[in-house]
Amino acid sequence: MEELLKIIDQNGLIIGFLVVGLLAFLADLVSKKLLKGKIPGSAIAIFAGLVLGYLGGIFSNGEKGLADVSVFKGLGVLGGSMFRDFAIVATAAGASFLLIRKSGLLGLISLVFGISIFFVGGVVLAWFWGYRDAVSLVTIGAGACTYIVGPVTGSALGASSEVIALSIGAGVVKTIAVTILTPIFAPTIGLNSPASAMAYGGMMGTSSGVAAGLAATDPKLVPYGAVTATFYTGLGCLLCPSAFYILVNWIIE
Amino acid sequence: MIYGLSILSLSFILGQWVGELLGSALGIDANVGGVGFAMLFLMLLKEWFSRKGWFNVEMESGIEFWNKLYIPIVIAMAASLNVQSAVSSGTLALMAGILPVFLAFAIFSRIVKSFKLD
Repeated sequence: MEELLKIIDQNGLIIGFLVVGLLAFLADLVSKKLLKGKIPGSAIAIFAGLVLGYLGGIFSNGEKGLADVSVFKGLGVLGGSMFRDFAIVATAAGASFLLIRKSGLLGLISLVFGISIFFVGGVVLAWFWGYRDAVSLVTIGAGACTYIVGPVTGSALGASSEVIALSIGAGVVKTIAVTILTPIFAPTIGLNSPASAMAYGGMMGTSSGVAAGLAATDPKLVPYGAVTATFYTGLGCLLCPSAFYILVNWIIE
Repeated sequence: MIYGLSILSLSFILGQWVGELLGSALGIDANVGGVGFAMLFLMLLKEWFSRKGWFNVEMESGIEFWNKLYIPIVIAMAASLNVQSAVSSGTLALMAGILPVFLAFAIFSRIVKSFKLD
C-alpha cells in the first residue's frame, strides 16, 4: 500500500487523467441509463467535478478544491490554466474561414447579439447580487456566456477563485438549460431550418448545449448550429477580458 | 503528429504574446484575449498549410487530441476550484445561467422573423 501511495504521489498528472476518465465514464453512464441522454454526459461530469471540488474544499480547507487533497493534486495540473488554454485553442482547428463565410451575416449578427445578451444579463444579475468591482462583474457576465469564457476571462483579469467557480457554475447551468429548453421552444421561436440553426448556434453559443439541444429537436440541424457555436467561445474570450472589461470599468467609474 | 502539435504550440505562444502586448498597450496588467488571438493564428496557419498542401491527417491528429481533451480538462478544472465559497452565492449561478437563455429565445425569434427565412 505504501508503494502504491508513493507511485500515486509521484505521478499526479497521470492520476488526474485516470480520475477524470472514471468521472466521465460514470457521468456518461448516468446520462444514458438514468436520464436517457436528456442531459449530456459532459455537463453531468462537469457538475460532478464541481461537487467533488466542493467536498475537497470541506475536507482540506484549501482553495483549490479536490486538488488540495494530496492524492488528487494532479487534477490541479490537468485543470490548470496552461492545459486549459491550450486545449481551447485546439478547438479552433475545427473551424475555418470558409465556414465563417458560409454562416454569413445572420450567423455573425446572432453571435454578436448572443454574446452581448448573455454577458449583459450576467453582469446585471451580478450587480443586483451585490458585486461592485469590474473584474468580478465581467467574470460572472463572461460565465453567463459559456463555462470556458468565464474562467478564461477571470484568470486573465485576476478574479478570485470563488468568482471563477461561480462563473463556471453559471456556464454549466446555461449548458443544461439550453439542452433541455431547445426542443421545448424550437417550434415557438422558429428554429426549423439550417439557416435558423446557424443563427441559434451563434445566439446560444454553448457548443455542447446547442449540439445536444438540436439533436433532440432535429438531428439534421446539429452541424449548422455547431458551425456558429464554435466561434462563440473564441469571440467571447477575445471580447470579455478586453472591450467588455474596458466598457464595464468605464460605466461603473 | 508532432508537426500539428507544434503548429498548435506556435499559435498558442504567438496568441498569448499578442495578448500580453495588447494588455500592456491598454495599461492593464493582464493578458487581453490571448486565447482568442491564438485561435485566429491557428485557423490562419491551418488554412495556409492546407493551401500549400502540407496539411495531412497525421498533423491533424496532433491538434485533434487536444481538441478532444478540452472537456476532460474542464472537468479537472471544475474539481480543482474553490467551489465551497461559491456555493454561498449558488442562486446567482442558477439565475445567471437560466434567465439570459429566456431573453435570448425572445430575441432569437425576433431576428429570425426579421430575416424572413424559408
